Amino acid sequence: MKLTTTQLRSELRVMARNGEQLLLIIVIPLALLVFFGNVDVLPTGEQTAVDFLVPGIVALAIMSTAMVSLGIATGFERQYLVLKRLGATPLGRTRLVVAKTAAVAIIEIAQLAAIVLVGSLMGWSVSVVSWPTVIAACLLGTSAFAGLGLLLAGRLRAEVNLAAQNGLYLFLLLTGGMVIESASLPGPLANIARLLPAANLADALRQSIGDGGSYGMSAWLTLAAWAIGAPLLAARTFRWH
Amino acid sequence: MTQTTDLALEVDNLVVRYGHVTAVNGVSFHVRSGSVMVILGRNGAGKTSTIEVCEGFRPPTSGRVRVLGFDPTTQRAQLNRHMGVMLQGGGIYPSARVGETIDHYCSLYGSKTDPTDIIERVGLAHLRKRSWKTLSGGEKQRLSLALALCASPRIAFLDEPTAGVDLDGRHAIRAIIRDLAAGGCAVILATHEMDEAERCADDVLIIDAGKVMAHGALSDLRKPEIRFRLSAPVPTLAMAEALGFPVVAEGDEYVVIGSSDASDIAIIARIADEHAASVVDVRAGSQRLETLFRDFTDGAHT
Repeated sequence: MKLTTTQLRSELRVMARNGEQLLLIIVIPLALLVFFGNVDVLPTGEQTAVDFLVPGIVALAIMSTAMVSLGIATGFERQYLVLKRLGATPLGRTRLVVAKTAAVAIIEIAQLAAIVLVGSLMGWSVSVVSWPTVIAACLLGTSAFAGLGLLLAGRLRAEVNLAAQNGLYLFLLLTGGMVIESASLPGPLANIARLLPAANLADALRQSIGDGGSYGMSAWLTLAAWAIGAPLLAARTFRWH
Repeated sequence: MTQTTDLALEVDNLVVRYGHVTAVNGVSFHVRSGSVMVILGRNGAGKTSTIEVCEGFRPPTSGRVRVLGFDPTTQRAQLNRHMGVMLQGGGIYPSARVGETIDHYCSLYGSKTDPTDIIERVGLAHLRKRSWKTLSGGEKQRLSLALALCASPRIAFLDEPTAGVDLDGRHAIRAIIRDLAAGGCAVILATHEMDEAERCADDVLIIDAGKVMAHGALSDLRKPEIRFRLSAPVPTLAMAEALGFPVVAEGDEYVVIGSSDASDIAIIARIADEHAASVVDVRAGSQRLETLFRDFTDGAHT
């Protein structure tokens, strides 16, 4: 336990020092929430803009932390041989994975708190939340996105990984029903998006926060498939050095 | 130096293959606790592959390896508690600071060692707050070596520890290596630098094309030699006959291989005199490690 907390402290310190990561995981989701919550350009159906946005922004925050932030940092840790060096200490892979998971969870809780706070200030009501299903969606989403992020980070060169993670982030941000309603996408793109974890996480969260969401059970099933499949594939293909 | 016969590292008929390429081809050697073993070899000779198997970073294709009695592939967790590793390139995050990195690694070994003591031993106490990326090449090597010390190791693998290090730094790193060995730690050091190897090694392992070319105590492997120059050329055959040892010409220098006796220097002077030449410059001692290395490895490349 002591080794895990030692490693967790180190993980959080590295994250806190990377300014661009903080921008990605805290500032961008909140900025999108504030901007599109006040500028009425998005089709949000019958909901108010903020009611539509809050679940999508939570999904975006999870994708930013679990996939992009974890994935980019891990890619560079491979390149700098940090993972290799740690492999020759008593830490062990299990404790390293637990420490990284805990770091992601701590940041997600902070993100969630910030989104709830800013959303509430913009007139969104926390009373519409079904917390058990929100937590379930967050756990599945975190597992799916961490798996995807590590799948890329475990094989690609650090710079290629960086570009790939950011590219995937932008693609999923635009097609994942986070700030733009999935119904507004052209047919073929909407069909692709529906198979990917982003749109299904956003949908599962919409079902749990307020009364949105249009995929029903299929969102949960697809998300669960990603949550199991992506980490397994990442674990099988990951190169530690 | 501690005289002990227990073996910290045993490598028996190690083979490492990458697809169709055989990087290590039946390597066997051992390292005693409390001794410094230098592994010499050209790039691609199989040094790194051999060391990486011992460190547990890659499994052997075949052969038997025991590090402190542990199998590095299946008993890595036990081994890691007592093994110090210095990677080429450090393995440290660029934004990580000197002090916190040493603190972190000391905690990972259950605080067997005092971080303050280690940071002073490697001479980085004044750079505690500096990040890895702002350190000079020599300072990086010192920090990287410090991480190996955090284990309070019984065996240490150091890859090119003095690469890019200035004279003072080399001196400090050499002193740390001697301290480690004096405390009973087995030190395995891979390097290209013959001068460095000559100063540190108790034992030498020369690898070439995946095979062991020489293995043993440096003092046993190096033959005595006399090097000298003459004011005018003298046939080497005439000198070899008088001395009873082979004599070779290397540029304007002559080398007697197998002796460093004063009586033989007198013979050289006499033969030179007979050929109307005089001895300009003479040194008697042990073969240079570089000569030894070339003798053992050139065959495979010609």
